[in-house]
Amino acid sequence: MNKEEIISKVNEFLIEEFEVSADKITPDAPLKETLELDSLDYVDLVVIIEGNFGIKVQQEDFVAIRTFDDLYNYIIAKSSQTTVA
Amino acid sequence: MNRVVITGIGIYSCIGKNLDEVKDSLYKGRSGIVLDPLRKQFGYRSGLTGYLEKPQLKGVLDRRARIMLPEQGEYAYMSTAEALRVAGIDHDFLEHNETGIIFGNDSTAQPVIEANDTVREKKNTMFAGSGAVFQTMNSTVNMNLATIYKLKGINFTVSAACASGSHSIGLGYFLIKHGYQERVICGGAQEVNIYSMGTFDALGAFSIRENEPTKASRPFDRDRDGLIPSGGAATVIIESLESAQRRGARILAEVIGYGFSSNGSHISNPTVEGPLRSLNMSLKDANIEASEVDYINAHATSTPQGDMSEAQAINEAFGACRPPVSSTKSMTGHECWMAGASEIVYSVLMMQNNFVAPNINFGNPDEFSAKLNIADVVKEQNIDVFLSNSFGFGGTNSSLIVRKWK
Repeated sequence: MNKEEIISKVNEFLIEEFEVSADKITPDAPLKETLELDSLDYVDLVVIIEGNFGIKVQQEDFVAIRTFDDLYNYIIAKSSQTTVA
Repeated sequence: MNRVVITGIGIYSCIGKNLDEVKDSLYKGRSGIVLDPLRKQFGYRSGLTGYLEKPQLKGVLDRRARIMLPEQGEYAYMSTAEALRVAGIDHDFLEHNETGIIFGNDSTAQPVIEANDTVREKKNTMFAGSGAVFQTMNSTVNMNLATIYKLKGINFTVSAACASGSHSIGLGYFLIKHGYQERVICGGAQEVNIYSMGTFDALGAFSIRENEPTKASRPFDRDRDGLIPSGGAATVIIESLESAQRRGARILAEVIGYGFSSNGSHISNPTVEGPLRSLNMSLKDANIEASEVDYINAHATSTPQGDMSEAQAINEAFGACRPPVSSTKSMTGHECWMAGASEIVYSVLMMQNNFVAPNINFGNPDEFSAKLNIADVVKEQNIDVFLSNSFGFGGTNSSLIVRKWK
């Protein structure tokens, strides 16, 4: 899966799960504020990422993920680790 | 001592999704019972159940609120939203005026089973999701409604089997009467999913008159063969008379008596003496004579033993005056944790509209129900005072007395 496909897939499930309008999602937009995430929502975010990409995600990793672009890059990096492994 | 009045009622049940629909069903004697083939496939001895549509809450509640609500919580949201509208109470009022919540609920089977099935499959608890814990606790209805409505008063759940809803109102009444709360949202909620009633079905307590679903619930009838599980939610908003008058609320009725008792006997077999003590305690608390009660909404679930014992208890306390008696469970089935609250809503609707709802399917009495004045058809009459009974496993009994506000 290339980056464009990953972005498209991520946006699709974020829009569905967190009921946010598509035009609010831009690479530089802040993830937490845009999706209105509270502490509980990170559990569901981890579950849908793991469910959609088959990668292991730690909640602590989200400390460094501030924008949507950070999230795409994180998933790409994790996915390639999984593939290599 | 404060006087305690009812200023809001709301209902979401198998005989209607709001007060108007339910009033119509009560008057017409419409049953909400169906045969659910899925229950038979699942292994139920009886596939009979109350049927109700799932509320559509997308666009009404945000995602966070919705994923924490189990089935019965959704019903309770619907009934509570209606009751608050009736009471003229909005979100802003609740944020600034201490209001409590005591809801009756005694199971939340589906979320527990589904969450653990998921964890078993994935071998990772996180896959249960962030909403599961709030759905799987018995206090789920309370915690969700208290959060949605930002309630700041008392907040706990009553689990008292099939008397849960009734005790919730009784406890709210006590708190207001004695000055600890001005206003309490009371009620009862009951899940109707396939997981919720299998263990009850195991006892062989449900009717197997599956060829005639709407005739299967027949409280007090000689040929009854068991209850039909049902559910939904009912909300009753009670407050001190002073609070209601201060905010110019329309007063629907007054709670004047609460009685309770425990049989101190078998876990499921009823007694006559236990309910009788509850009945008499409620009359004493209300400071009225039995002859002042115009209508009794019986607990009668359509089980052979339960109805027989209640008939004897009612006859013991009311034999001299014989007020009309009906069990609305003949139409709704047994709404279990919700029943004690829904039957207050049903009876208030009758009181407001001057009729006694029929005990449908009452064809022939047995030895004990023959002594009661059972309304087998709708009866147009004034109701100034009614009494509602609720009994549950473990021998818990509750009786509430409500008077018309004039």
